[in-house]
Amino acid sequence: MKSVSAEQLVKIYKKGNVKALDGLSLDVEEGTVLSVLGPNGAGKTTVVRILATLLSPDSGSATVAGIDVIKHPEKVREVIGLSGQYAAVDEILTGWDNLVMFGRLYHLSKSAAIKRAEELLERFSLTESARRPIKTYSGGMRRRLDLAASLIVQPKVLFLDEPTTGLDPRGRQEMWEVIEELVKGGVTLLLTTQYLDEADQLADDIVVIDHGRVIARGTSDALKKEIGGERLEVVVEQSQIARTMELVTRVSGAKATLDEGLRQISSPVTQGSSALIEVLRSLDEEGIHPLDIALKRPSLDDVFMSLTGHGAEEAVAAESGKKSKRGRS
Amino acid sequence: MKNAISDAMVITRRQLLLLFRVPEVLIFSTIQPVMFVLLFRYVFGGSITSGQPGGYVQFLMPGIFVQTVAFTLAGTASGLAEDMTKGLIDRYRSLPIARSALVFGKTLGDSALNIVVLFAMGLAGFIVGWRPDSGIMKITFAFLFLLAFGYSLSWIGIFVGLSAKDARVVQNISFLTTFPLTFLSNAFAPTTGMPRPLQYFAEWNPVSTVVAACRELFGLTNQFGATAGSFPSQHPLMMSLIYMVAIMAIFIPLSVRKYTSAGKS
Repeated sequence: MKSVSAEQLVKIYKKGNVKALDGLSLDVEEGTVLSVLGPNGAGKTTVVRILATLLSPDSGSATVAGIDVIKHPEKVREVIGLSGQYAAVDEILTGWDNLVMFGRLYHLSKSAAIKRAEELLERFSLTESARRPIKTYSGGMRRRLDLAASLIVQPKVLFLDEPTTGLDPRGRQEMWEVIEELVKGGVTLLLTTQYLDEADQLADDIVVIDHGRVIARGTSDALKKEIGGERLEVVVEQSQIARTMELVTRVSGAKATLDEGLRQISSPVTQGSSALIEVLRSLDEEGIHPLDIALKRPSLDDVFMSLTGHGAEEAVAAESGKKSKRGRS
Repeated sequence: MKNAISDAMVITRRQLLLLFRVPEVLIFSTIQPVMFVLLFRYVFGGSITSGQPGGYVQFLMPGIFVQTVAFTLAGTASGLAEDMTKGLIDRYRSLPIARSALVFGKTLGDSALNIVVLFAMGLAGFIVGWRPDSGIMKITFAFLFLLAFGYSLSWIGIFVGLSAKDARVVQNISFLTTFPLTFLSNAFAPTTGMPRPLQYFAEWNPVSTVVAACRELFGLTNQFGATAGSFPSQHPLMMSLIYMVAIMAIFIPLSVRKYTSAGKS
């Protein structure tokens, strides 16, 4: 059964005349995790805002838990949880204050709201900081609290808009653990991200979007296969390039390509680590000492390169500069 | 409906909680008007002849009360603009609560702050010689009247806050409009000293009518200081009520609609 379904959504922001969504369709099966993957300005946040009833589309339709988001937004709000790009909690209030207040706004009785707040603080390892104002929290703690606030009443569908953007690696790891925990509990989750590894780690299915359109969809494995999986990259002295190209081509079984400026030879490989060993061994036998050698997993850039012919960063640059560009970690 | 009210109350409680968590806000919101009381009382008090028994302070206090509640507009507006930029409003809007709950809760919370501030000012006024002598009923009514004026203005604040992008800009703009409006009135000096066109403006200025109404309620003879005998100077209480009702009739629906569609364009 489909928990979320969007059909041909179109949204044009009048300001700057940006076509944020251009006939986007997607759906999420009940109890599964869908990741919407794309660069800044691809339309990720717009999709989430429409599904969470914060925005109405110019055309198209969408249902969440079987409820029409345009006709019955108030009913949709009863069954969803939303955690956005910003930690939307009150910085001055404590974690405890925030959760109790949101509990009250979900119409829990005072004692039930307190009980629920304490449960959630415990579950998200925030009990110790419960009585401190949010402004003293780390980025990761804020996001966890924000997530907790969206889980006060067990939502049927949870929307997480870039839950780890802007977090340091540790905060990110912690957030992933929390989300994995939720996923195990069987929540239906729609998650947006600009990181392929995040989608890979957390999602059952991935849709890749660009310029407000879906450009690819499938499981993480299927997408990777399409993109070509890992690449082996070797940098050598000018005089050794030709010989190295031959070697790499032989090992990988695919034609190696050369970036002349960087003197970098690269080729897609299937069995990454064994290919790496084999190439190193052959190079050694030939007496070639690589200046650099690495096995690269496909990045979002590679996904975009291969799907659209332009890089993710270019897509950001092409966008009207509405959002500040965030670096990828 | 029952939920809408209890939701609004939760938001009001949040506003009050903010005051307890950041007592600086309360302290500075109180210090500023108290400082105005002292400055005007002792700096200008000697030179402005109000013709009032008991001196300038009797004339001044209603003016400063009104000026202070008028600043509610800026406070409400910048607070809301800040919530907007932090994404808090989106969270509220994704909750299954009445659309009016947040804005009603905010305005009520800001009125609660006004109660505290007015109390502190009244006390400061009393210390420097303010003695309203109209009896407890009328004095209480005067304070309720001031609160009502502040409440109606906070609805303009809600609308401004929802319309703007940056909290500091909102703060500055609201202050820059409210401040002259409170001076282009009879709040601190009789309007008779102003050039003719300004006098007309001051007579119709809601600040003047509320000030004049309060002066009456605090037991002064109608000290409008107007020469023209215009309708607002003759009937300040009624005119003030008309203003308040008009402000709310316009800005409550506008604000609720703006809130419902916030970020939709």
